[in-house]
Amino acid sequence: MLLKTLTEAFGVSGQEQEVAAILREQVSPYCDKVETDALGNLIAIKNGNEKGPKVMLSAHMDEIGLMVMYIENSGTLRFKPIGGVDPRVLVSKSVYVGKDRVPGVIGAKPIHLQKREEADKPFDIDGLFIDIGAKDKDEAEKLVKPGDGIIFATKYQDIGTSRAKAKAFDDRVGCAVLARLLMMDKQWNFTLQGVFTAQEEVGGRGAQVASYSLEPDIAIAFEGTTASDVPGSKEHLYSTSLGKGPALTHADASFVADPRIVKRLMEVADKNGIPYQMRELTTGGTDAGRIHLVREGIPAVVVSVPTRYIHSPASIIDKCDFENAIKLMAAFLDSIEERGLPF
Amino acid sequence: MVEAFGPAGNESRIRDVIRKEVEGLVDEVTVDAMGNLIAIRRGQGPRVMIAAHMDEIGVIVTHIDDEGFVRFSNMGGISPFMLIGQRVIFDNGTIGAFGMEKLDDMKDLKLNKMFIDIGAKDGASAKEKVSIGDIGAFHREAHFQGDRVIAKSLDNRAGCAVLVQALKELAGREIPNQVYAVFTVQEELGLRGAKTAAYGINPDVGFAVDVTGTGDTPEAPTMAVKLGEGPTIKVKDRVVLTHPRVRRFMTETAEKNGIPYQLEILEGGGTDTGPIHLTREGVPSGAISVPTRYIHTPSEMADMNDMKNAVKLFVAILEAKLDEAIL
Amino acid sequence: MPVLVNGGLGMATIGLAEFLSSIISEPGASGHEDKVAAVVQKGMSGLFDEARTDALGNLIMLKRGIGRAPHPRVMLAAHMDEIGLMVTKIEDQGCLRVTQIGGIDRRILPGLEVVVHGRRRLPGVVGAKPPHVQDPGEREKSVKWEDLYVDVGLTGDEARELVRVGDIITFAQTPIELQGRFMAGKTMDDRAGVGVLFECLRILRDMRHHADVYCVATVQEEVGVRGAITGAYGIVPDVGIAIDVGFGDQSSVPEYETISMDKGPGIAISPAVHPAVFERLKTIARELEIAHQTDPSPHPGGTDAFAIQVTRGGIPTGLVSIPLRYMHTAVETVCLTDVERAGRLLAEFIVRLDKKYVEGLKCF
Repeated sequence: MLLKTLTEAFGVSGQEQEVAAILREQVSPYCDKVETDALGNLIAIKNGNEKGPKVMLSAHMDEIGLMVMYIENSGTLRFKPIGGVDPRVLVSKSVYVGKDRVPGVIGAKPIHLQKREEADKPFDIDGLFIDIGAKDKDEAEKLVKPGDGIIFATKYQDIGTSRAKAKAFDDRVGCAVLARLLMMDKQWNFTLQGVFTAQEEVGGRGAQVASYSLEPDIAIAFEGTTASDVPGSKEHLYSTSLGKGPALTHADASFVADPRIVKRLMEVADKNGIPYQMRELTTGGTDAGRIHLVREGIPAVVVSVPTRYIHSPASIIDKCDFENAIKLMAAFLDSIEERGLPF
Repeated sequence: MVEAFGPAGNESRIRDVIRKEVEGLVDEVTVDAMGNLIAIRRGQGPRVMIAAHMDEIGVIVTHIDDEGFVRFSNMGGISPFMLIGQRVIFDNGTIGAFGMEKLDDMKDLKLNKMFIDIGAKDGASAKEKVSIGDIGAFHREAHFQGDRVIAKSLDNRAGCAVLVQALKELAGREIPNQVYAVFTVQEELGLRGAKTAAYGINPDVGFAVDVTGTGDTPEAPTMAVKLGEGPTIKVKDRVVLTHPRVRRFMTETAEKNGIPYQLEILEGGGTDTGPIHLTREGVPSGAISVPTRYIHTPSEMADMNDMKNAVKLFVAILEAKLDEAIL
Repeated sequence: MPVLVNGGLGMATIGLAEFLSSIISEPGASGHEDKVAAVVQKGMSGLFDEARTDALGNLIMLKRGIGRAPHPRVMLAAHMDEIGLMVTKIEDQGCLRVTQIGGIDRRILPGLEVVVHGRRRLPGVVGAKPPHVQDPGEREKSVKWEDLYVDVGLTGDEARELVRVGDIITFAQTPIELQGRFMAGKTMDDRAGVGVLFECLRILRDMRHHADVYCVATVQEEVGVRGAITGAYGIVPDVGIAIDVGFGDQSSVPEYETISMDKGPGIAISPAVHPAVFERLKTIARELEIAHQTDPSPHPGGTDAFAIQVTRGGIPTGLVSIPLRYMHTAVETVCLTDVERAGRLLAEFIVRLDKKYVEGLKCF
């Protein structure tokens, strides 16, 4: 099952090969050309009319995670975060170290041995370490090395009536949306450039070079975005809510979405009875931030699947939002075929 | 120009205003994918790009509650303290007042503890006037007093006015350079418009005209720039270190033509020169700024003589053989 | 298989220590590197075929490869700019207010000897309040930027004659030779890297290579890797390797944050580094028994590699780090043996560069 396979895959920023391999296997039978580039982007092209527009759809393969920095004499591992990881979500979690997935745990001082004031302050990364059960440095070095990526060991699970829990819905849910679109029976008459990007979490680096090479006329990036419809959150700070449909961005910290494309998306959604919501937060950046400023500028938007507890080991989505995101995009691509680009 | 509406991300009205001003003065006027307005004076000689950003700081609607209060976030650098008692205007003319939640300590004031009140009775009637995603700007009239002007968005309509005026003075004159006057968008959001414009134009030399701060008010942070003592020639800001050769050419040109100037180091800001000089293989670039007090408030203040001298300096620069002087 | 050609090109060049000493003594704060560029070019003359400077001031030295075109293109980048200060205001009694160029820990400044580059070079001192006149408790806090100033011993009028707003100020420290081939001085970050370029080309003088080698002494790395952005855009190499400095082990810094001194250069593994470039460098170092270490980093930033990798459609990039103690002070310390090892490693990497390897880099 696609969401399960993708979310459980290993792929921290700069080490996305496993995710790329899974996606390549899935989409190759449906595409005219599939290749990787110098940054590890996976680029899947479905050719259309050469004279027509080039439409780029992207989703990032990398997840936030950790990197092994140093092996102590005792065999425990020092680490640093890759991408925006809140150190407070790390303690007491289980992880996999390296592409061979050596199991480990993020340990800290037991509460019984802590002074009362200590428990009021979060653990700082220097106070955390990973234990893979090695009894000393030599034993650890046989299994792991500095530079190895580390992912959370969360398993995918369907929960509630239509929801799912997993790590890395940001942005494997986006990858799943893109993969499903590429694997659709439908062939649009324009060229579709599907880009599974590398290194979004450390600055949109893959997206930047891929769009330089592909020179699309329009770009849509798929993301997992914050849904903060939870206790303790004021309504005007939810940003998005689970179950209300895919979210459209007006602006975030990295770009202002092209209003003409946003308008077309809303029209298409209304016409086809597809629910959608507006992303209210204006913080956070995405690949679109990089893409839209490449060369002479590329009109771009972001379509997101609301995700609770984003950037933590266990996040939650509503699968209806996921399916509606695919429906919305398919209808949008139909509208390009019928009416051309929205500008 | 200062009273026109054009917050970052929503510049179409100010673009129309400027377009009308420049249409007769150049050979071609285009708008690119980002919305930059590009006015081209063709001819002989190197391609010179001059950028003046036409966007001003603003706010974006993020949420409208059931009672009709509008939550917002910033488009560009806005301090919550600058909003207290101010008014905002949206594209359709709706005007609102800024309000804030009760606070224990004013130090805790943040944008997400504030809201805009458009006087609506409830959420439904508010939603008829504004929508999530609407971008608004400060609403304030301009005043001219002696040599000085007090207005919102002198950052950077002062720069736009200087560039337009320079084009007016050069109209009909022959110069040894081709000029690409670019009125850029989204500078306040991170110098975005200039990046794509410069890539497209691929100039030989680049300049930006913007505003800069001053150090001449009570207990001001250290800065050697004063209102009324001339436009500044930029040495350094957060995003550019002006190439010494370009800087020397600019100061010599000012001195040769008897134009007063000051040297500018802007610690806390950046301008379009940043992305321009890093375009492709690099572009020798400089900047001229209009000294302005109280930047990013609704009551910025500048000196008309500084602006007039900025125009003079640009004209003198464009009349020089830039390929010999800089390249 | 690399072939050593006997005899060299007959031109006697200076040794590494002398070259390094000459370039770290030359001032060249970010944005003002022209003088040090001239010294680099002179010190490396005879080692390359042609040199040019680009619009931002990057010094690009090309040594062509042999054999049939097209040659693989490799770019080596080491930045020649240094952190420093810039005059922001001249006070009435002659003292100069300053701002930083690049990241300076302001706590190193009080009492530091500097050189002000006005109409002529003026020796100066960063002012420091003597203990006798300090308020109690002042010593508990580090001095703020607004309270710092440079004293050149002139009156206000004299100062205004010789100094302008925008003039550059550099640290005055001269290079010091320490034990064990350690050398200390300002700007080892990253002129030690430029020393690696020197060593590499010196070794390549006697070797045959297919690749065209672009040795670039970049500008403005300290203020945002700006030179590397435009330099890489112009060269468009098939592979780019940045040579910068890494945190050398020193007391008061935990061991897990550093690499060791005199144990060879760090070969970086980070999102900015192409895995096949990392592997190739490691393999060569192991096979030829060149001392080396792995230098992991979870983020791609901090060196020219950050910019080179995302140039145009993407460039396979690597990063080699010279262990350095006391980074961004006036007494940065490196081990010359590490510089030589890095130079040799890169030379061996270059002679093994062929079309097949370079094509393979395009796929991840």
